[in-house]
Amino acid sequence: MTATTYVPRPAEAASADLSRTGRRGRRDDTRPGLAFLAPFLILYVLFVIGPALYGLVMSFFDTSLVKSGLGTFAGFSNYAEAFKSSDFWSSMWHTVWFTILTTPPLVILSFIFAVLAERATHGKWFFRLAFFAPYILPSATMALIWIWLYTPGLGLASAVVQKLGITSPQWLGDPNWAMWSIAAATVWWTLGFNFVLYLAGLQEIPRELYESSSLDGATPWQQMRSITIPLLSRTTTLVIVLQVIALLKVFDQMYIMTSGGPNFSTRPALEYIYDIGFTDYRVGYGAAASTVYFVLLLIVSAIWFIQTRRAERST
Amino acid sequence: MATLTSEPKEFTVAKAGTTTSVSGSRLFNRVCIGVMIAFSIIWLIPLFWAIDTAFKPNSETAKLPVTWWIDNPTWSSFASIFRQGDIWHWYASSFITSALIVVLTVVTASMAAFALSRLRFRFQGAILGFILLGLLIPIQVLIVPLFREVGGMGLLNTYWAVILPQVPTAIAVFVFKQFFDGLPKELEEAARMDGASTWWIYRGLAMPLTKPAIAAVAIFTFIWSWNNLLWPLLVLSNPKLMTIPVGLATVQGNFGIRYADTMAAALLGALPLIALFLFFQRQIVEGVAGTGLKG
Repeated sequence: MTATTYVPRPAEAASADLSRTGRRGRRDDTRPGLAFLAPFLILYVLFVIGPALYGLVMSFFDTSLVKSGLGTFAGFSNYAEAFKSSDFWSSMWHTVWFTILTTPPLVILSFIFAVLAERATHGKWFFRLAFFAPYILPSATMALIWIWLYTPGLGLASAVVQKLGITSPQWLGDPNWAMWSIAAATVWWTLGFNFVLYLAGLQEIPRELYESSSLDGATPWQQMRSITIPLLSRTTTLVIVLQVIALLKVFDQMYIMTSGGPNFSTRPALEYIYDIGFTDYRVGYGAAASTVYFVLLLIVSAIWFIQTRRAERST
Repeated sequence: MATLTSEPKEFTVAKAGTTTSVSGSRLFNRVCIGVMIAFSIIWLIPLFWAIDTAFKPNSETAKLPVTWWIDNPTWSSFASIFRQGDIWHWYASSFITSALIVVLTVVTASMAAFALSRLRFRFQGAILGFILLGLLIPIQVLIVPLFREVGGMGLLNTYWAVILPQVPTAIAVFVFKQFFDGLPKELEEAARMDGASTWWIYRGLAMPLTKPAIAAVAIFTFIWSWNNLLWPLLVLSNPKLMTIPVGLATVQGNFGIRYADTMAAALLGALPLIALFLFFQRQIVEGVAGTGLKG
């Protein structure tokens, strides 16, 4: 709203800020603009920005859940405690370890499945249904199904393993197995999302590339290496980053399937914060742990943001 | 690939623009599809096993050897879940909270996006950046302060405690903004010439043209809020107000070894979403593919 133009010139009318020049040649949208933004912004400040700042302040106090007010000023002692706490770091490690375990199969398998499914002329809907249906399930449903599959003795997983002549492990009861079992269930649950992203990516590769290269005698494997994989690299980055962000927020599976056990071997960072804040009532310390955890997420989100901006600019 | 020497081969160019099929590659195709069918079936087994279990009497689920065969198929597990009654409260809570979250998200996010995309005013860029921040702050890291705040408002154990914090999602604003940015300016200009109000341009012109974005945001918001466990678990302790995931998570212990009942409850909890998925499969899949929406 710097210049006020009373005579709309054609060049300006065609430019992007055409909507600025209305019937009277001049329009100030400040009032409608703020009115349209207000409902969202009020909720946004109340329930996102407000709590974020409140949490930051709280992290410097010995705030208790059961007492009102912030409590006594604690300086950096909550942070110092978090950095020294082996429980905190082991829960952070569980979150990261879980992400490391699940990301490669979630990316590689979904890629392979999408490439294979693309070859089918009929029945693609069936593959989509089979892989995407689990993604729709609530985490509680998924967790209950897998608790049942993993039930020692009676569960299907144990039965299958025993058929193969191996003694079935305590899937969720053995600290060495629990994380792997939850990871496998998670791969089953969320793979469909990546599968659909890859299928969409494959649609955008021009058919002619494959036709001309196979006229040149290229084998399917060569086509895969020099056409499919390079042209899907943007999809792959998107898949990996979205996947990592989602996996770092893991809570539901562990909370329902193992409650973080056995012996806290599967307790993720979010459940640690949950336990500190809502079982021990130490919300000041919980807020400090949240802040450290947030920094981890922020780094990954920043990568995602840069990636999407770059993708937007290149299209 | 151009450097490869091409030996003469018999080609039959498949119609429908698929790959060129030499008999060898057709066999390869068949193998690929065979592998895919095998994997799809493996992927469906846990779901089918849950369904199979739900139709067994509880006693049969504890019998060895483990088998798909059901001696006496029965609805009794479903019937007992319904009779016991909690699930009706859970359905009601999940429907009420999810539906209100969807409506409030679509309305507030689309209005904000409309202002940012179609109107011109000062500090617009700053406000956009301010909302961008929200993309980086997941609700999960806010649970501690948010709980105290909502508690201070006296909203604990109300639907509002579940609903309000889930409404302001920055990603919804961005999905709408992308759609609004793509609308031609001429329509709007013509409407303004005719003296249309800003509200009318939003409500009567922009929104009807934005149906795909509305569908995508509505469907995904519904799925996310229906499936959200952590936040409702914190703010709802009254069993009559619990949403489906909270209810399932808290009562799972009560079922003990009644595996058929557990599976029936788990499936009933997912039923509305499965129905939604079968109904809106195309929109959901396109929504994922188009925007990379993920909870």
